[in-house]
This record gives sequence, C-alpha cells and structure tokens, in this order.
Amino acid sequence: MKKLILSTAAIALSAGLAFADETVRMGTEGAYPPYNFLNDAGEVDGFERELGDELCERAGLDCEWVTNEWDSIIPNLVSGNYDTIIAGMSITDERDEVIDFTQPYTQPDPSAYVAMSDGVDLTGGVIAAQTGTIQSSYVAASGATLVEFATPDETIAAVKNGEADAVLADKSYLAPIADEDGDLMIVGKDILLGGGIGMGIRESDGELRGKFDAAIQSMKDDGTLNALITKWLPDSATF
Amino acid sequence: MLSYCTDPASLDGLKWLSCYLTTGKHIAFYTSFGTVMLLLLITAPVALVFGFGGATAARSRFLPLRWFGKAYTAIVRGVPDIAFFLFFVIALDQAFEWLRHQVKCPDWGEPVRQGSDFVVCDAAKLPLSSSPQWVHETYGFMLAVLTFSIVFGAFAANVLYGAMRAVPHTQIETAEAYGMSHRQSFWRVLVPQMWVYALPGLSNLWMILIKATPLLFLLGVEDIVYWARELGGSKTARFTDYPHGDWRLWYFLGLLVFYLLLTKFSEIVLGRLMARLTHGQATTGGEAQRKARA
Repeated sequence: MKKLILSTAAIALSAGLAFADETVRMGTEGAYPPYNFLNDAGEVDGFERELGDELCERAGLDCEWVTNEWDSIIPNLVSGNYDTIIAGMSITDERDEVIDFTQPYTQPDPSAYVAMSDGVDLTGGVIAAQTGTIQSSYVAASGATLVEFATPDETIAAVKNGEADAVLADKSYLAPIADEDGDLMIVGKDILLGGGIGMGIRESDGELRGKFDAAIQSMKDDGTLNALITKWLPDSATF
Repeated sequence: MLSYCTDPASLDGLKWLSCYLTTGKHIAFYTSFGTVMLLLLITAPVALVFGFGGATAARSRFLPLRWFGKAYTAIVRGVPDIAFFLFFVIALDQAFEWLRHQVKCPDWGEPVRQGSDFVVCDAAKLPLSSSPQWVHETYGFMLAVLTFSIVFGAFAANVLYGAMRAVPHTQIETAEAYGMSHRQSFWRVLVPQMWVYALPGLSNLWMILIKATPLLFLLGVEDIVYWARELGGSKTARFTDYPHGDWRLWYFLGLLVFYLLLTKFSEIVLGRLMARLTHGQATTGGEAQRKARA
C-alpha cells in the first residue's frame, strides 16, 4: 500500500515536471452520485470526474482531485485550498455573490421528491434536504418543515426511518435510489430549480474561469458534453 | 483485492464479505486507523512539552513570561474546542501563507484580501498547489497535530502547574539549604517528584485526547469517522459492485469497540505507570506500597 502511494506520488510529481503547466486542484464532495462519488477503489468517479478530466485536457491543465465536505466547500475555495468547485453546484445569485461560476454544463436540472408512500403532504409535511442546497431554500420557502442534513445520504436515511416525510434533491441523484429501493418512490411533480450546474471559481481568478469556459464551450460544440449527460444523467435535458 | 472478486454480484456469504471488506475504499478505512494512532502518538508528547513550557512560564519570576503562561492556559481552556479548532486551523494556515507571501513576493501589487478571497502569490502557497496530494494531506494533518497540541498543552500546563505546587515546599527548602541553586532544585528535586501528582490529571487528559480524535474529521482529515460514514451510507448498484442499505450503525459500532479497546488498554498501561511512579513517594499511595511490601 505504502509503495503504491509512493509510486503514485512519484508519477504525479514527474507528470507535473514533464508538463510544467499549472496544477489545478478540483474540489468536489464525493458523495453525490451520479455527479460525483467515491468508487469501490476510493477514487473520485462519476459525471463530473469524467467531465472534469476532459475539460482539463482541453484547457491544457494538470488537474488533481480533492474531496471536501459540502458544508465548507465554498469557504475552502475562497481561502485557496483548491482552485475550483465541481460538485453538482447549481448557479444561484447568492452563491454568485461570493464566488464566480463558469457557464453551466448542465441544463437547469429537475429536482424531485422521494417518499415512502404516495399520499405525502409536500407543502405542509416534514421535508429533508441537504444543507446549503437550492432544494433546502426551496423547501424553506414552500411552507413545509425543513430538516437539513450534512450529506445527501443522510437525507435518504431520514425518510427511511420516518424522521422526514419526503426528501427533495436532484432527480438524477434520487432516481437510481428510488429504482432500486422497493420502499421509496418518486412522488409529486418535478420542480425546475437553479440556473444549471457550473464550476465554482474564485472571483479573483478570472483567467482560470476563462479557460474552463472555453473548454466547456468546445465540449458543447462538438457534442461530447451531450454524450456525457446522456450517459450519466439520463433524466436531464441535453444542450 | 482477492482473485475471486471479479464479479461480486455472483458471490454470497463470507466470500462476498471478504471481497467487500478488501475494496480500495476499505483499505483506506483501515489506513485511517493508523492516522488516528499517529495523531495520538505525536500529539501526546508535543502537548506535554507545550504544557511543561506553559507551566514553567506561569511560575516564572519574570513577569511578562508569567503573563504569557497564564494567558495561554486561560484563553485556550476558556474557548470551546470546536470553535478553537475551526478558527485556528484556518487562521494558522493563512498566517503561514501571509508570512511566506511577505518574504517571497515583496513586489506583489494586488491586495491579499480581495472581497472574500484570500489571495497570495503562487510561490507562497502552502503547500504549493503543484505538490502532490499526499503533501497536502500531510500538511493538513500537521496543522491538526499542532492545533491539538496547543489545546491539550494548555490543559496539561494547568495540570503540571498544580502538580509543581503540590510537591511539599519543605523539599525545595531543604534542597536550597544544601546549597542548590534555583535551577538545580527545580530540575533535581521538583520535576522528578511532580509526576506522581500530575499523572492522574494527565491520564485523564490522555483519555479525553483519545475521545477528541474524531475532531480530525472536522478539520477535513479523512479519519475513521469520515470513512465509517462514507462506507456505511447506503449504496445503489449503479455506482458500486457492492450495493447495500444503510449500514452506518455497524460501522459506528466498530468504531465504538475500537475506542473502548483503546481506552481500556490505556487504563492498564497508565495504572502500571502510576504504580511505578508512586514507588518510594511520601504520598498515601507510596505509603500503601511500602506497607504491603513490609
């Protein structure tokens, strides 16, 4: 194991020397499949991993993946612990005041409710959502009682153990869970929230934002982005 | 990775479990137990040194040093651990980077604080953003060790300060009557005798330190709590070869057993140490040992 770590480190180091271009640290949550998650080998995987690697290649950047808690993902970006957020983060005005976003790489994504039964009161009941997400602000405004959790996984667990009546999250995240779990189902209508998902970048880092913007545009133009969306996010609209 | 693990869906029972428990993710989980032990093994001596320094400073005859020692213990003991941890790690990191920035990039034109951004020149980044991930992780870990040491050092300082005062004053007077200097009587008479008074307090601190290690998780170090939560969360078959429901209960039960074993083991070791230090001391414990032997 130690040898493995050392040799990976050596490769990473020599790769850095060979290209000699800047290293960009990509911050993600690693707990929100299919956008980003840790696979069985413990590596970051998912839609954003594949997208991010492709973007870095097109922009000629040397990228390194870092996981960080969702709660502190913005503070750690602005204090410089990594250079981008690529974590299924929807573009909103509140976030835009603190950080900058690239152009969106998904369409505004539908959000959905998942519950144990069909007859749940979605506007007056208890609804779970992850802290600091567009879904949690939506629930708070909808009149329902909001219970927040630090990780997406805990929001599902809250519905299963009866703490919450339903959970509101991105449909791409909920759909595979509702498919496989016999107790859970998607209820109510889909809701369109946010302005699509973009990469978060420090406001002082306009140059990096330009590079990623151009790379996203080139993936939109040649259709590779749509292919990725169809592969990982079957419920989302393409460009 | 075991050889028969190529298609986990076709396995069941123990075979499935043996594959499941040897995934790369689980190996990372097992490694993180080492992280916790490493934290304990580094923090304990460093905190003791900080504590000794703090206690000596608080007893100093030089007034500013005495103020420093007292302020250190008073401030750190008075602020909640979590607030201290969250504040200190960020502040420490930015302080280091700011210092390096002043030295390495003296002609940098832009301000360091731009809105909410903290921007230093690339050469001043700590660690450099081009360094490999393990350097970043080690740096984060060292920051955590330093913060733990400062916090627990303050408590240790208070314990040692009390222990130094508990050594009978007549001992010091006798030493000085024999012509020892202040420094000699401190190192030769006071310090060797204070440990027996300090040990109950220090062993208590050690236990609290063990229990406080999950705070690592708050500092962004991927420790056993992080992995237990990540591994225990329910997994769907689309994204893993080993789908399962919500198993957090089992993982946290494992952590509970680990911590209980660790504290039990510590109690045994500390008990023995106490017996050794009590030997020949003019305390009730030492007296009891003498009588039992006689």
